[in-house]
Amino acid sequence: MMSQAATATGRDTPPPATATRTGLDLLRAEWTKVRTVPETGWLIAATAVLTVAVSTAVIAVARCTPGASCTADTTKLSLTGIEAGQAVIATLAVLAITSEYSTGMIRTTFTAMPRRFAVLAAKAAVLTGLVLPAAIISVAGCLLAGREILPGRGFTAARGFALLSLAHGPTLRAAVGSVLYLVLIGLLALGVATIVRDSAAATGTVLGLLYLAPILTAFVGNPVWQRRIERYGPTSAGLTIQETTGGHLPIGPWGGLAVLAIWAAAALLAGGLLLRFRDA
Amino acid sequence: MTTIAPYRATQQAGRDGFWQLVHAEWTKFRTMRGWVIAVIAAVVLIDVLGLFLVNNGNTQCNGSCLPVVPTGPGGEAVLDSFYFVRQPLPSNGSVTVRVKSLTGKYEPEGGFVGPHSAVGLTTKLMPWSKAGVIITQGTRQGSAYAAMMVTGQHGVRMQYDYTTDVAGLPGQVSAVSPRWLRLTRSGDTITGYDSADGRQWTKVAVVHLSGLHGTVQAGLFATSPYYFQSNFPSYAQSGGGTSPTRATGVFDHVSLRGGRPGSTWAGQLVGANARLESMPGVGFHHVGNSFTITGTGDIAPIVGGAANTNYDTGTIADHLVAVIFGLIVLVVIGAMFMTAEYRRGMIRLTLAASPRRGRVLAAKAVVIGLVCFVLGLPATALAVFIGSRISRSHGVYVLPVSWATDLQVIAGTAALLALAAVLAVAIGTIVRRSVAAVAAVIVVFVLPYILGDTSVVSAGVSEWMFRVTPVAAFAVEQSVPQYPQVAGQYGPPEYFALAPWAGLAVLCGYAAAALTVAYLLLRRRDA
Repeated sequence: MMSQAATATGRDTPPPATATRTGLDLLRAEWTKVRTVPETGWLIAATAVLTVAVSTAVIAVARCTPGASCTADTTKLSLTGIEAGQAVIATLAVLAITSEYSTGMIRTTFTAMPRRFAVLAAKAAVLTGLVLPAAIISVAGCLLAGREILPGRGFTAARGFALLSLAHGPTLRAAVGSVLYLVLIGLLALGVATIVRDSAAATGTVLGLLYLAPILTAFVGNPVWQRRIERYGPTSAGLTIQETTGGHLPIGPWGGLAVLAIWAAAALLAGGLLLRFRDA
Repeated sequence: MTTIAPYRATQQAGRDGFWQLVHAEWTKFRTMRGWVIAVIAAVVLIDVLGLFLVNNGNTQCNGSCLPVVPTGPGGEAVLDSFYFVRQPLPSNGSVTVRVKSLTGKYEPEGGFVGPHSAVGLTTKLMPWSKAGVIITQGTRQGSAYAAMMVTGQHGVRMQYDYTTDVAGLPGQVSAVSPRWLRLTRSGDTITGYDSADGRQWTKVAVVHLSGLHGTVQAGLFATSPYYFQSNFPSYAQSGGGTSPTRATGVFDHVSLRGGRPGSTWAGQLVGANARLESMPGVGFHHVGNSFTITGTGDIAPIVGGAANTNYDTGTIADHLVAVIFGLIVLVVIGAMFMTAEYRRGMIRLTLAASPRRGRVLAAKAVVIGLVCFVLGLPATALAVFIGSRISRSHGVYVLPVSWATDLQVIAGTAALLALAAVLAVAIGTIVRRSVAAVAAVIVVFVLPYILGDTSVVSAGVSEWMFRVTPVAAFAVEQSVPQYPQVAGQYGPPEYFALAPWAGLAVLCGYAAAALTVAYLLLRRRDA
């Protein structure tokens, strides 16, 4: 399918004779590759559907029974679906590079564009462009679901749970942060996949990175290590951006997102260096 | 004229029975060295992480927990602490009282250690605070007994031998609505009665206590279990503090028939220890036939989970926590066992050799299921048996269970691994692409596990995760029963919303449904 895409590109815009590629050409090439495989559309749709569905299910079974004291963070609760949606984003990002390796397309790509760093940068840019709308739709859907359903589950204003609204500073931060979180997860997955190259192995590695930290914290009894994992794990740190009730956070919200950004940058850098010094 | 015979292969046609297919799939599996290594690594991971990295034990005890745990007549670990006002009962007889009130106090700031002052106590009666009459073999903890009691919120109950609870008259006791309680002994048979007015008596239950013989102790008691700060929904988040409580019962019209002539009432805190003794006001006083008794503790089976007793307890499944890590690896292998066929076009050869596609799917499921079960079984057995020994060597009291429960946890967890891998094969067949299949199987198992097992989301969500998603099968690791008459912090990883085999059945249902869909798609789609 990738090779079809490539020939399509060739037909649409014959390369100029000078064969100098600008960044825009590179972006267009990557965009064409992504656009012409059917998976992309499906995965984008799946991100939004899965995220909103998981959030809705979680909200629908959460309850604040009369009489009991409830300490839920309703914003965070409504954004629970991000935990599921990130897996689809990661899959999309992994496919963006590993499908080139599994079909051998990568050799064509590098023949046409020998500056490999630039190829990875173009892939990252196109991926960001794809993830952003999916993330925005997902987050908006989650918050809307929370706004509609939560009061009916006992989380009413009378009990101290204001209706979810972007006018509320921390909720706005959580919403914007969750969009950025998904973008960064996509970039992290792209970086890891560039390092690993094999599609199934890359998927396993990336999802391991995403989901291991929460399980490990429950598993490791030592509180010092628990705190370390929470502070420096990509997802546990990144998801603190969703906290709106304060309390004892292992790391500040923006600091947590910065930790994830460092993970993503490190993965992309390592991937880029390996691309450069390894045979394709 | 000669006729040339057409070419006939001299090779005999291979038989295509189901077991030939299973053998073929087994060959495919065993010749992939990476898969074999990964599967073995997965089960080794379960043991290595589970046995050596688990930091178990009750951190609130700080080494000051009580080492010896009494066991009841049924062999289960019990709490047996109450204030007892007693007289010996040499043979048959009965004890009757009227209960006028039951009140309680607890220390709001909690804390396990240190003396408690009466000044700091807050008035609050626990739902399962108890006061009433009891006939017991003796004051040794774990003795056979039967008791009639009024409780904080659950009306009159008859309880015996720690685990059994029978409801009597409903409603709360008060001066205007007192409760009459009576226990009669005839040999080893105890009959409990209750009454609202002392004239119309209702029989609550008749029980045979095999441990009851000779002279027994009969009398009045009061006791009150620990209070949990994050009370009392079944899936309270852990981390809430616990604090000791006390209950005071006021009795009159006390009469004992069959007692020794001339003996008097003697009071004693059964199962006393420093912590219980630090509770102020425990004791009794009486004026004629009216008694006021204040007690603390509980007469109940010990439940696992968050520390709610003086004991540092664990369960046989404590060292199975790493099963989720092994499971992740196994489901990835399960998914790839199928998607690898599509990736290399091998599926066309497979289906050409065995055109009945359903049987190919079945053979794959059988192979991966058997491999995971057979390798998982020794891993889970080791984690249970060696793990229990390690727990004990760290001073943890592992709650005793029957061999059937051992078997349930060990074989059930191995079956959980096998079923999960079968479900992964089905998902791999449906999705066909490695990346999507691997992502799908990981999310299907890990996401509900995270949402259910940690404090990511609020109470109630966790309960549903372990009820309706594939991880419901982890219920098979529950080794100690939940008692409705014992207040406790019931929740994963010790307690689950579903019964053990029901939880495994949920995963069976998912695997069966996914296999059905996979079969239909495999038959309809071009390979």
